[in-house]
Amino acid sequence: MEKITKNKTNVKALTGGYAVAEAWRQIEPDVMAVYPITPQTTIIETYAKMKADGKVATEIVQVESEHSAMSATIGASAAGARAVTASSSQGILYMAETLPVVSGLGLPIVMSVSSRALSAPLNIHGEHGDVMAVRDLGWVQIFAEQVQDAYDDTIIALKLAEEINAPVMPIMDGFHTSHTTERIEILDDEVVKKFVGERKVQQSLTDFENPTTFGTLALQNTFFEFKLDQEKVMQKAKIAYKKICGEFFKISGRKYSLFEAYQLEDATSVIVIMGATAGTAKDAIDKLRLKGKKVGLLSVKLFRPFPYGEIGKALSHISKIAVLDRAISFGAFPPLYQDIVSSVYHSHSRKPDLVSYIYGLGGRDTMQKDIEKVFQDLAEGEISSKIKYLT
Amino acid sequence: MKQHKDTFEIIFFARGGQGAKTASELVAHAAVAEGKFVKAFPFFGPERSGAPTKMFLRISDQKLRTQEPVTDPDAVVVMDETVIGSQDIAKNLDEHEILVINSKRESEEIRKEIPHFKGRIYAIDANGIASRITGASNPNMVLVGQLLKITEIVSLESTAQVFRGVFLEKIGKDLTEKNIQAMEAGYDSF
Repeated sequence: MEKITKNKTNVKALTGGYAVAEAWRQIEPDVMAVYPITPQTTIIETYAKMKADGKVATEIVQVESEHSAMSATIGASAAGARAVTASSSQGILYMAETLPVVSGLGLPIVMSVSSRALSAPLNIHGEHGDVMAVRDLGWVQIFAEQVQDAYDDTIIALKLAEEINAPVMPIMDGFHTSHTTERIEILDDEVVKKFVGERKVQQSLTDFENPTTFGTLALQNTFFEFKLDQEKVMQKAKIAYKKICGEFFKISGRKYSLFEAYQLEDATSVIVIMGATAGTAKDAIDKLRLKGKKVGLLSVKLFRPFPYGEIGKALSHISKIAVLDRAISFGAFPPLYQDIVSSVYHSHSRKPDLVSYIYGLGGRDTMQKDIEKVFQDLAEGEISSKIKYLT
Repeated sequence: MKQHKDTFEIIFFARGGQGAKTASELVAHAAVAEGKFVKAFPFFGPERSGAPTKMFLRISDQKLRTQEPVTDPDAVVVMDETVIGSQDIAKNLDEHEILVINSKRESEEIRKEIPHFKGRIYAIDANGIASRITGASNPNMVLVGQLLKITEIVSLESTAQVFRGVFLEKIGKDLTEKNIQAMEAGYDSF
């Protein structure tokens, strides 16, 4: 069922993996370096078929590991090509050594991620453990809730990467989004191509008239400044992301922002979450709202750079906040919770009640009743500094 | 029986290799072609040929958001009756809801194995019908036809059209048309 059913308004039924491959087909990057073995996603096999069918001219470079996949992507990107890849789970960890090289060199590489668990024990099902392990390496990270977002995020990510010269990781929940067939709207090929345009290369390894050094030695007297420059790029990324989301709205009618606020305005109890389970939470919130409960949701879209000020402000009137992480940080509070605490600390005049929940590890299903239970805990004052687990 | 609420939910029980994924995605694609919203996804267990599998399908006129698996279906399709022993196929099916099952046996005989289910059981020899028409015993298209007739969730025409769009190139005209005939036979044997 990998072929698309289509009617004239570009409405299709696609899985998340196929939808991302479809966005890549429309963008048609110069190079895609891939290691096509498990835990690879369906994005790569779908794209390889598109290539075999003559639909794209992209050079697909098959390499012997994810480390090599990212290394080849780095080489291609430094040479001036529009170069991308996709990975997941162990694959991302295997290429981890090369990820800060990409951001350090300022290369606009996009890696589509279907987020999955890390070994051991062997699992590879959906959770955010892989992307959380590499969250502070200078990559922009954007989370998708639905298949539609996964498609749209790919296009936005490419434009963002090339505007700020930094790498971007659009992320969807493994299986829950990557393997679910949903109805989505596809833009016309020409619209996507016009939106992303051509990559404007500032420096290239293959520009022999103006030779440039990539990855120079930088010792005690300059390394620090390099890192501060990277931090400036990340701050720029937030503004650029907002601007590009605005431009994307004009071609698609679909609105994206740093985060999505759902029933937040008059809420007193709020869940903060990222990714696919936000959809489940919205349905649970609708049910509770019918019973007159003042509950709401904040779903974080741009996770790196983290929009502390904006999220802090959006939560400033909330008295009870539960933060739901789909990742575990052994011996510490999980990542999203830590960031929400930081956001709230700097924007709340009065300290709200905050509690951390961990859910959905290794593909464990999260049901609406689990979300309802969290709101019930908040209502009953079941709030402490102890991490809770939605097993 | 017609769609009686905002979202219609189906579970397909089968064994790996019987085409439950194709069946559920086919109906999902047809529903989208008719302007509806869908979520079709498997129970994400180990994938082995012959192992019990589950596919979930939601169809709605409104945008679907929840990612949770279907636990209270409106209809259940069982592609292999030998899963009855290990899977609770009629769980949360009430007396107004339906069970379509691939079996040579009479409905009332099957009922004895799921005494808690009070709704209608539609037993159909999908393997037999499929092998007479297509030469292969894949039960999925016959069962899809039966499901469409009973539930009216999507039309037979849209489903056949989607099938042609997806499979004509892959399996050729002859097998494509035979599979559609199998679907029609399932539809008509109601």
